Amino acid sequence: MSLQALVFLVLSFIAIVSAILMITRANPVKSAIFLIINFLSLSIIYLTLNAQFIAIIQVLVYAGAIMVLFVFVIMLLNLQDEKKLSDKLDLRKVVALLFVLLVFGRIALGLGKSVSERFLKQAENSVEIGKVEFIGEKLFTNYILPFEITSLILIVAIVGSIVLAKRKFE
Amino acid sequence: MHKYIGLALIFPLIGFIVNGLFGWKIRKEKIIGWIGSLTVGASFVVSFLVYIELLGLPSYARKFTVEYFSWIKTGGLDISFSYLVDPLSVLMAMVVTGVGFLIHVYSIGYMHGDKGFARFFAYLNLFIFMMLTLVLADNYLLMFLGWEGVGLCSYLLIGFWYDKPFEKMTTSDAGRKAFIVNRIGDFGFLIGLFLMYKYFGSLNFNTVFSIASKLQVGDSTVFWITLLLFVGATGKSAQIPLYVWLPDAMAGPTPVSALIHAATMVTAGVYMIARSSVLYALAPTTMEIVAVIGALTAVYAASMGLVQNGIKKVLAYSTISQLGYMFLAMGVGAFSAGIFHLTTHAFFKALLFLGAGAVMHALDNEEDIQKMGGLKNYLPITYKTFFIASLAIAGIPPLSGFFSKDEILWGAYSQGSFWLWLLGAIGAFMTAFYMFRLVALVFETPARYGAKHPHEAPKVMTLPLVILGFFSAVAGFIGIPESFGLKNLFHHWLEPVFEDANAKLILESAHSTTTEFILMFISVLISAGGILLARYLYLERINVVAKLTQTFSGIYKLLYNKYYVDEIYDTIVVKPVKWGSEKLLWRFFDVKIIDGIVNGSARVTSAVSSVIRFIQNGIVQFYAVVFLIGILIILWLIF
Amino acid sequence: MIPLSWYLFLSLTLFTIGVLGVLIRRNAIVIFMCIELMLNSVNLALVGFSSYIGNELGQMLVFFVMVVAAAEVAVGLAIVIAIFRNRLTVNIDEINLLKW
Repeated sequence: MSLQALVFLVLSFIAIVSAILMITRANPVKSAIFLIINFLSLSIIYLTLNAQFIAIIQVLVYAGAIMVLFVFVIMLLNLQDEKKLSDKLDLRKVVALLFVLLVFGRIALGLGKSVSERFLKQAENSVEIGKVEFIGEKLFTNYILPFEITSLILIVAIVGSIVLAKRKFE
Repeated sequence: MHKYIGLALIFPLIGFIVNGLFGWKIRKEKIIGWIGSLTVGASFVVSFLVYIELLGLPSYARKFTVEYFSWIKTGGLDISFSYLVDPLSVLMAMVVTGVGFLIHVYSIGYMHGDKGFARFFAYLNLFIFMMLTLVLADNYLLMFLGWEGVGLCSYLLIGFWYDKPFEKMTTSDAGRKAFIVNRIGDFGFLIGLFLMYKYFGSLNFNTVFSIASKLQVGDSTVFWITLLLFVGATGKSAQIPLYVWLPDAMAGPTPVSALIHAATMVTAGVYMIARSSVLYALAPTTMEIVAVIGALTAVYAASMGLVQNGIKKVLAYSTISQLGYMFLAMGVGAFSAGIFHLTTHAFFKALLFLGAGAVMHALDNEEDIQKMGGLKNYLPITYKTFFIASLAIAGIPPLSGFFSKDEILWGAYSQGSFWLWLLGAIGAFMTAFYMFRLVALVFETPARYGAKHPHEAPKVMTLPLVILGFFSAVAGFIGIPESFGLKNLFHHWLEPVFEDANAKLILESAHSTTTEFILMFISVLISAGGILLARYLYLERINVVAKLTQTFSGIYKLLYNKYYVDEIYDTIVVKPVKWGSEKLLWRFFDVKIIDGIVNGSARVTSAVSSVIRFIQNGIVQFYAVVFLIGILIILWLIF
Repeated sequence: MIPLSWYLFLSLTLFTIGVLGVLIRRNAIVIFMCIELMLNSVNLALVGFSSYIGNELGQMLVFFVMVVAAAEVAVGLAIVIAIFRNRLTVNIDEINLLKW
């Protein structure tokens, strides 16, 4: 087992465990903390894929901005723990688990058939394309139009969230 | 110049749009009236300039197709807004716009003070536009567009005073009657066009006629096509059996009767046959039918005109009768004679109607000739012009009606048969009689209108009368029969249009000019006899008339009630259709079946949804599970 | 070297956990977090493909996914706040007015 595989397995283990903990914690703040751990481990996995730029913005945008927003809202609303979560295994959970496992199994089967023999090595230029320089150049040349449109989406989102969240008739 | 023939159509359209959309805002009658008139005048000028251009060309070159834009282009069908400029269409365009212009001017005076003044001129301009589309079109579909368009304008204008009672109905009922009767004819026309498209693969005049000119005479499909087109013509041009709408069309304002129901629109059928002369020449049976229907209509309508008391009614039956002459001419292959009569008829019949309008104008819209009389002194201009027109329609030389009618009668004799000629001659006698009965009762007998004060119409109305009177008198000289040793300008002008058709017809020229002169003399005698008889009876021996109506009260009643044709049609056609529509189609089919299906499907939907709406339980996670199941199914399907 | 399928299986596992979270949790904010988890798992798959195929398209798409996720979170949390203000709860079992 190579060092690379070891690193990957450790990181995957952290990611999966933190994800499971995230969905099982009754306290939403704890869930948020585990989600941040999950994001950070994903970020390191991106690095193993030579995607430096994505790894950085994963930390900056997701773990930084978005999750801070989550925690902020949770604290603002001062939410109580979910009472029923750990009570018992009710029917709804069983049904959900059943269907989720079915979907998992079906996709896993499909994946096993289709990609297990291919894509054994990373492409040679993978280091090159993950660089900030390369991606920046692409963003401002080939992808300039969608890039500019994102600014529109963000401004709409800002205005929309202000309109939705402000107190009415004041 | 011929390239700008489209201008002739654009001008009335502009007038229609301006008067129709902004007339209520302009308000000033003079401005509205002159916009309406001058746009038509402008298109007359355009037509006239095109005519001058054609005159300068050799006769074989006088034919242009001017294409403006494509209208329908699908599969094998290629229809465009393109116009055919040739001697026939230019002649028709000049008649339509020329007479139309005079009638527009007349209407400024006649419609003075009417609250629908702008609407009236908008409709008239739309009519001119549609009529020009009809006569200038270079394919049957565009012609049909104009054909339907003039029908629409006719409907709108008959019912122009939509709240005014008319006989036993309202004017809008009269308009509806005209429209529905015309629809019956148009149905035939349309079927004819379908058949034509199937057979010739085109609706374009040039293509159809060039294919047709290679066919054998007596082709059975062409027989059906021409017969169906003729059905359309009987509707539009008020021939037996579809003439019933025209007398009721007199419910409209008098200038409308003059323009649409005498001078132009009703001649559309004649024009259509003249335009399709090549096809008709291939179908001798249809030609015979056309000739017989024309001759019968000429006599039949004239007989009803003998006893009518409405001034416009008499003229309406006269119009039907004269149209019958034109169809007689078409039927015997005397195409240019028919068109000649169309032209002269446009002048003198428009004049007669406008004169009738001036009389009604003077007597507060009195229509009953029994309540007129003695107007000779009060309306001198109207009287003189009316008298000239009556002489013209009666066929007294050298007025225009003599030449055209005589040519038709000669054609009926030489190319048709003695019997057709006889019918025509009887009709001519009746025409002379009822026209001079009208003149006598309206202008010459002692006054019977009570305390009214008749007055001559304003200049704007009398001037068109004078101009039309002039043309009614002299227009005949353009078509003097060849047997006088002079050149027949009119025939010469139309020759290139009809040469293909004439080549197909076996024209007998065995009859000598002597026969022609004898017949001419006889017909003049007949007309003069009719005139003198009418004048003798109504001016000298009015009591004899009363006695005659007593003695022949059966015939009199039959004629007066128009052979009860309206009642017969009502019983055998209108009532069953109404009954079937109401009881069967509405009460049963519409209410029970159609509504049943619609309401039933709504009921089934609401019953089903009242059960399955409980799936919408408002729990988002339930929806998500359903979503997941859907994904699962799709995964199973695609992998 | 590890093959791409490892990354894809990790992505699939995380995605499945996210779906499960959406289905079993009642707190609207946690459900949102689960959706974020799902988005991230897809991002992982995209970056993995990008790197193994040698094409920058996957990483570009990840960039835009992040933008959309940020916008979505902003609007979504605003909606949660608006709901909380009206009903004093974010339990989605109680937010079920939109039904028959």
